Order: sequence, then C-alpha cells, then structure tokens
Amino acid sequence: MQAAISVRRLIKKYEEGATGTLALRGVDLDVHAGELLMLMGPSGSGKTTLLSIMGCILTATSGSVRLAGTEVVGLREKDLPALRLEHIGFVFQGFNLFPTLTAGENVELMLDLKGVPTAKAKPRAQELLGQVGLGEKYRSFPADLSGGQKQRVAIARALAGDPGIILADEPTAALDSHTGRNVMEMMSDLAHKRGRAVVIVTHDSRVLGFADRIVRIEDGAMATPGEAESVPAGLLAQSLPQASVGLA
Amino acid sequence: MPPLAQRNLFHDKVRLAVTLTGIVFSVVLIVVQLGLFIGFTTATSNLIDHSGADLWITSKNVPYVEQGVAFSERKLNQVRTVAGVADAQKIIAHWTQWKRHDGGEDSVQIVGINVDDPMEQPWNLVEGRVQDLKSPDAVILDELYQQKLGVTRVGEVFEIGGHRARVVGFTRGIRSFTTSPYVFTTFKNAQNYTQLREDQTLFILVKVVPGADVEQVRRDLLARVTDVEVFTTAQFSHMTTFYWMFTTGAGVAVLIAAVLGLVVGFVVVAQTIYATTVDHIREFGTLKAMGAPNSYVYKVIMKQAAISAVIGYVLGMIVSVFVVRGSQAGGAAILMPMPMAVGMFFLTLAMCIGAALVSINKVTRIDPAMVFRG
Repeated sequence: MQAAISVRRLIKKYEEGATGTLALRGVDLDVHAGELLMLMGPSGSGKTTLLSIMGCILTATSGSVRLAGTEVVGLREKDLPALRLEHIGFVFQGFNLFPTLTAGENVELMLDLKGVPTAKAKPRAQELLGQVGLGEKYRSFPADLSGGQKQRVAIARALAGDPGIILADEPTAALDSHTGRNVMEMMSDLAHKRGRAVVIVTHDSRVLGFADRIVRIEDGAMATPGEAESVPAGLLAQSLPQASVGLA
Repeated sequence: MPPLAQRNLFHDKVRLAVTLTGIVFSVVLIVVQLGLFIGFTTATSNLIDHSGADLWITSKNVPYVEQGVAFSERKLNQVRTVAGVADAQKIIAHWTQWKRHDGGEDSVQIVGINVDDPMEQPWNLVEGRVQDLKSPDAVILDELYQQKLGVTRVGEVFEIGGHRARVVGFTRGIRSFTTSPYVFTTFKNAQNYTQLREDQTLFILVKVVPGADVEQVRRDLLARVTDVEVFTTAQFSHMTTFYWMFTTGAGVAVLIAAVLGLVVGFVVVAQTIYATTVDHIREFGTLKAMGAPNSYVYKVIMKQAAISAVIGYVLGMIVSVFVVRGSQAGGAAILMPMPMAVGMFFLTLAMCIGAALVSINKVTRIDPAMVFRG
C-alpha cells in the first residue's frame, strides 16, 4: 500500500552567512494511513524541521518527500499552500486559534479556505465541534475555553479540511496529564478509526503509549536508520489517568 | 468568509479610534481645501459665468476681468453690425471706493449694466428688483457684505467715488474672490463712480444669434473691430480663474494643503494597519500554514482597510457637511458639489487600500514555519 508520506534521503541545510547548519542528514521514513507515528528527540535534533518539510511549510535542500504520491521537493513555493490545504491538517502546541473568532468560526475558517459556502460551513463546523465534544461551545471565544478545549477546537479545525494527514507539533505540551490524554485519545481515533496518517512531534513521554511507532531523531538523523521502535499499544499508557473522551 | 477582518479591526478599539481619527482628519482637510479651491474658482469668475454673454470684448492685453482698460464706447456700434451678433451691451466692472457712515472707506467693484438688458444682471435677489436700479443713484449689493459696508437696510444712502449711492436691493451668494464686493448699478452711474469718461467703456458683452457659430462670430469681430481682444465667455472665465488661482499662487496653496491632508491620512492609516498586522502576524502565519494562498491573506487586510475607509468617510463627511454649511455665512465659501463628495469616497478608499499595501508586503514575507515556534 502506498505510504501517505514517504521521505527518502532527506537533507535540510540552513544557510547562515558563510557557514550552514545541517538540520537533517538524510532521513528515510514512511508514514501510512491509519498509523500514529511519534517523532521524538532532544531540542534541536531536527524533528520539527522534519515535520515542517513533511507539511510543505519548509522546503528541503535535497531528497524526496511524497505526499499521497505527489513529489513535493522541487515544487515552487506558491504551489505548496494548495498541497497543504488538500492533504494536511495541523495541530499546534500553542493551539494557534484566532482569538477574535468564536470556536465555530475558527472551524468555519478552514471550511472557507476549502471553498465551502457559508450556508454549508456553519452546520459542518457545528458537527465537527460536536465530534470533539464541544458542540455547545460553538459561540465561545478561545479566551473562554480551557487549554484542552482549545486544542480540541484546533483538532476540529484540522479535520475540517478532511485531510489524509494530521501533523501535530507538541499537542499536549501546554496541557495537564488528564487533558493531554483526552487529546491523545482523539489523535489515536483519527488514526485508528478514521484512517488518517498522524505524525506527532513530542517530548512528552506520558503519551508514548498511544504510538504505533516511535522514531527517534538525533542530530538530524534517525537514531536507528531504517528502523523504528514499535511500542506495544497501551504499555506506557497504563501509568496515565484514565479517561473516556474520544472522537464522537 | 468568517469575519476575521472586522473582528481584528474592532478588537482593539483604541487603535481603531486612532485609525478613524486619521481618516476623518484627512477627509475633512481635503474637503475643506478642495472646497475652498472650488469656492475660490467659482468666485473668481462669478461675474463672467453669470453674464449670460457668449463673447467678451476687452481692450488689448487685459489678463482678467478686474484689470479692464477703458476703450471707446463707439466700438459698440461696430460690434452690432457684425453678422451673427444678436445683442451687444457695454459693461463696466472696476474698483472704486465706498464710504461708510462712520467715515471709513472700503474697496468695492462697481458693475455697471444696461438694466433693460438681461446680460450681467444681478442674480439671486432676496430684496428689491433689478428694475429698481433705474431709480436715481440706485445700487444693489450682496447681503454678505452688509456689515463690511455698514449697510443695515434698503434705502440707506452712501457715497461711492464721491457720488451719491442709494441701496435698493440685496442679493445672496454673489461672492467676490477679492475682498471687494460687487456693487451693481446702471452703466451711467458706474461711469461716475469709477471716474470713467462718458465715451468710454471697459467691456462689451455679446450674445450671438441662436445657432450661430460662436467661434466664427469671434473671428469676425476681431477682423472688424480694431484694437480689441475678443474672448468666449469660457476663455475669459478661464483666464480670470487661472490668474487668481495660479498666477497669484492662491490656488496652489490650497491644493498643496489638500495633498498634505491626503499624505497625513495615508501615513496614519498605513501605520495603524501595519501595527494591527504585526499584532496579528501569528494568525496570518497560521492562515498560511493552513494552506491559505497569499491572496486570501491580502483580502483580510484589504477588507480591514476598506471597512476603515467607509466608516472614516462617513464620519468625515458628517463633519465636513457642518464645516461647509458654516462657511456659507463667511467671505470664503467652501463648496462641496455632489461629484466631489462621491469622488472623496473613492479617494478615501484608495488612500486606505494604498496604505494597506505596506502591510501586504509584510505578510507576503511571513514564514509559515513561525507557527511551530512557541
């Protein structure tokens, strides 16, 4: 089966004056639909850079990145937004909600970008918020929501584009254990029940139990090139508070 | 589209107030300056534009209507013999001194006419009739200058150029560009008031036969009547306006002030929209990360600019209407014809959208990877 994301010999070099920094040194990686993959590594290891390149936000220096079969390395910058809109949903550490829009309007914004007419966008946004357990928060502003609620709105927004790939950068970093588990259960549902390819960058060892695979990045390379650890489902999750919130 | 532009704009009320203040200031300043320009332009050529004549005959080298030079009034007979001339009248328009009851003197512009001819008659009379000018020593002036000339009512007697003058009526809205009001009287009286000889005139006004070629009649008059210039009313009006507005620099001054108003508005709007954009830079970065093309982001910013423009324009025009109305009682009227008011809307919109381009440049350079930085 074709990988949702396929990375081969990926190199990223940041040019800084006379010298440059090699952020990625030839990464090979596949992520499949229905899989939840975690990227772990120390700060500065290149995991966010890898996520950014997979998300068509940063361009690679060389190598290959295929999204749903489309080669993105070498594409013009102006072609990348359309690819992101089509294939990728982002979930950010800082939630990145629009503070002047309500929860519902934040989700509608993604639908508007996809060209969904307002008359259809509103009920769809309501439905998506309902799926993350926030149907009654449609008219609430982000300032009135808890951290966990904000992240769930962000997930609903990411889903609004109906992407095949969800990329999350430290989605539980700003959340307590209980809330973080709720969010991870949703991310897990996205992969296992909805068939999305989910890639999560995290430092949070509490959430490792949700991963189908863990890839460690160190100094821009995979710690064990060509291999990745597979963590038995739930092994580490047993140490976290139990919760029953998932995607409706 | 979710109301991102509107919400961002109204989110920071202080900044919105600053933006709107800048736009209102700009609109009012431009309206006042352009309105003064139009008012001045109208006032400079009032006498010519309301003359009802097709052609003006002057002595040679007369650059504008206030600089008339005397020539023989016998040329009137020559003028009347030219084909295409339906009517021709002698007219005086010249400065002289008006003596007030308190002994003080003011400069006035005497306009001497044939009361029985429709050309160059005073218009917008609010008291008295044009035919009242036939009574001895009769004059008509504009109510705007009553206080300046010390006139309180019809029937009062004054002295002009050493001769008796009796006020028989008032007009409304006949402004002079200079500080010297127009005073209408008969041609004969005007000769006395201005010390012009009995056989002299300053201008001859011509009305051509309906359907005649005005330019052809003008050329024929030039060929037939010696030592004169012949202008169409439009030409002479333009010459007079050009002299007062541009040769003296008065018009340039108000136009420069209008341009300054535009610059001020542009700078204020550019600065506040830029500050708003910077405040929301992370949101724009998120939009781009989500896959929004640059054009979508531009639309948000342009919408903010357009909303600011509309609100600022409305508020600015409300203030401007009061200013314009207040100016009507003064010597320098600010005029705001409808085309100018409509044009101001588009100018305000262009100013705000142009100012927003500074922010467009900023958001174009946003690196969407910023959203991954905490």
